[in-house]
Amino acid sequence: MNTGSQLIKNNFRVEKLPHIWCPGCGHGILMRAVTEAIENLNLDKKKVCIVSGIGCSSRAPGYMDFNTLHTTHGRALAFATGIKLAKPELKVIVITGDGDCTAIGGNHLIHAARRNIDITTIVFNNNIYGMTGGQYSPTTPKNEFGTTAPFGNIDKAFDVCKLADGAGATYVARGTAYHVKQLIKLVEKGINNKGFSLIDAISICPTYYGRKNKKGLAVDMMNYLKDNAVDVKAVKKFQKEILEDKFVIGEFKNTTEPEYTDEYNKILEKVKHLHK
Amino acid sequence: MVSRKEIRLSGSGGQGLILGGIILAEAAILDGNNAVQSQSYGPEARGGASKAEVIVSSKAIDYPKVEKADVLLALTQIAYNKYINTLDSNGILIIDSTIEHDHNRNIHKVIQAPILSIASNKVGRAMVANIVAIGLIQQLTNVVTKNSLETAVLNRVPKGTEKLNKSALLEGYQLAKNKYYLEAASV
Amino acid sequence: MNKRQIKLMQGNEACVEGALAAGIKFYAGYPITPSTEIAELCAEKLPQVGGKFIQMEDEIAGIAATIGGSLTGLKSMTATSGPGFSLKQENIGYAALAEIPCVIVNVQRAGPSTGLPTAPSQGDIMQAKWGTHGDHPVIALSPTSVRETYDLTIKAFNFSEKYRTPVILLLDEIIGHMREKVEIPNSDEIEIIDRLKPSVEDADEYMAYKPKKGELVPPMAAFGEGFNFHVTGLMHDDFGFPTNDANISDQLLRRIMKKIDNNVNDITMYEEEFMEDAEFLVLAYGGTYRSARSAVKKARLLGYKVGLFKALTIWPFPEKRIREISNKIKKILVPEMNLGQYVLEVERVVKNESEVHHLGKVNGEAITPEEILSKIREVL
Repeated sequence: MNTGSQLIKNNFRVEKLPHIWCPGCGHGILMRAVTEAIENLNLDKKKVCIVSGIGCSSRAPGYMDFNTLHTTHGRALAFATGIKLAKPELKVIVITGDGDCTAIGGNHLIHAARRNIDITTIVFNNNIYGMTGGQYSPTTPKNEFGTTAPFGNIDKAFDVCKLADGAGATYVARGTAYHVKQLIKLVEKGINNKGFSLIDAISICPTYYGRKNKKGLAVDMMNYLKDNAVDVKAVKKFQKEILEDKFVIGEFKNTTEPEYTDEYNKILEKVKHLHK
Repeated sequence: MVSRKEIRLSGSGGQGLILGGIILAEAAILDGNNAVQSQSYGPEARGGASKAEVIVSSKAIDYPKVEKADVLLALTQIAYNKYINTLDSNGILIIDSTIEHDHNRNIHKVIQAPILSIASNKVGRAMVANIVAIGLIQQLTNVVTKNSLETAVLNRVPKGTEKLNKSALLEGYQLAKNKYYLEAASV
Repeated sequence: MNKRQIKLMQGNEACVEGALAAGIKFYAGYPITPSTEIAELCAEKLPQVGGKFIQMEDEIAGIAATIGGSLTGLKSMTATSGPGFSLKQENIGYAALAEIPCVIVNVQRAGPSTGLPTAPSQGDIMQAKWGTHGDHPVIALSPTSVRETYDLTIKAFNFSEKYRTPVILLLDEIIGHMREKVEIPNSDEIEIIDRLKPSVEDADEYMAYKPKKGELVPPMAAFGEGFNFHVTGLMHDDFGFPTNDANISDQLLRRIMKKIDNNVNDITMYEEEFMEDAEFLVLAYGGTYRSARSAVKKARLLGYKVGLFKALTIWPFPEKRIREISNKIKKILVPEMNLGQYVLEVERVVKNESEVHHLGKVNGEAITPEEILSKIREVL
């Protein structure tokens, strides 16, 4: 276990702090959890590459002392795929948001999952577009409000985990900004999975999502995460009606399948003799 | 010395006209000349009228497309109808026997020969009609030498089909010798 | 010296051979006519030299992954046509601001929209300069033959690596799809430029966006080599960290523009013919240049004093030379397969010194020598 200050010194560009996130935002907790997972796994910092898209979540890599890339909106996984294929020895981690990953970047998500390329994606999911001021996202629950859903959101929300699972990810889990210890473990396991991993990390956005939907202060939103998350292992114990307003966290999928860069290396082996 | 010669090969998609054009161009290069090859590239390349073009010259070739063809090969009626007007008034028209030729047209030299049927029936494979045709073109125009054409054919055709293609080429040469197929200019 | 290899080669194939000679090791793209042969040949050839090829899920992913590949230190390229070039624009701007070398090939086809997918065009001339939002440095090259496609692909990589900037190679369907005789230069005849890298001792103080004193291009480290730097599409400081600071933003944008503006003599390539006594100039590029040369030669035989200018570098525009020419030659014709794009640049530069004429064609067919010749007759 690391003391906070040591963890921060080891993994952050301390001179770039404080971060830009609003008071009460869950993203700082998630960012710290990711670095703690990296530290616990004892990864070589020179070989860790963190890639993000655009949005609140995607500012995280700027503060993190690794090879860091802040790309264009939605495209983090496409950039990351290039990096991973070009240099497979890098541990590539993508930090993205619910809008970045599942709306504008949805196509890249399903194809990165389909390829089972060894990238660990952590979705900082705050159910809203925060950077642009509170518009509804693909994970904003139905009937809730955003600045672009003033009369209630009629879109059905994505379950990011089911989406990744269906597209072929080999490690899928959900954690929250409240259940930090569990989240660190989930990220560690995601990084250790040789293949495409997705961790849906539920964050809180008191500034926009919270205010628009009368969810109270940051502490109230944290309490909501605490009171309504049901661990996947415990789901069976509850009756269906009780589960209706809850959400499930924990590890949903952990399997092994051929990984993309390994498969590409086999091609390189196969054609080696053709090299002039 | 070869002054600029423009050859247009036309027919339907799948008749191997682009390959025929590439082989003619490669033969020209083996002869030490310059060559440019291009093709109609579109949905029609997969059926319907298709064309390949070759320009051969001992000098630099500027404009890479056919302006007025010195040689027009047409293997189908559709291609004949589409391209007949692009033949130079001093040009040579080479058409398959299945084509209905308009004898009122003012064409310098017309050669009508059973290219498709020779390929299918005599050589034994419809797919070598392109090779029969370029053999015939070689004999009628001397735009490339026989030696280079044979080398170019053998370099390009799939392994195991060399004998077949060689005999297609010889049939093409043979066609040119048969005066029966040659018609005088209609003027 | 070894004998040069002589063969019949397609333009798109020459692009791949040139890229291989330049040292390409990474290609990511999406299939689109008429550029697809470039992807197909890269898929076949890159693994044979230990390189990587990936077919991405869309055009945007194609350039995104290409930029990612370049960040790991590999020379990277993507190829596309018309609609795909439109889709790639945002990330071309990203590569320009984040100073990540890469080559983007656009085999132009007739647009707008899906247009005539298999027909030639030169309709993306202005898009190559202004396609992505905001001011940004642009280098765009356009070959007029298969051999030049080979040479300019190497140049595109060299400029890209030398100036840490995306370079656009503008082919058109005529050049991309035609086959012609080429002499492939031997490797000892080819100049290859690699990106400037920081020395390992500097890892702790490395500033990814700080050029050495008096220089404009900062050395570029690769991901995974211990330099742990940050790359962003936001305005950024010398380290690469985002900033809203007005001065830093202004200096950054001006510096990346200067990389090109201060080196136009190195980047601008053109050729002239029949200029000694010329009273009339035909300025052409890409596939249309071939028709122009044929027309100019015919015009000369007819006694017209016509000169010929071939622009190989489209951007930056060969401004200085065109201005000089306009002091002597009072009539300039620009034939191009669009409704008037490059001609605007000629008009801008010559101001009222020369009379500028345009011959545009957008029906998906090449401009013929006859059409240019009759325009010359009409104007003279």
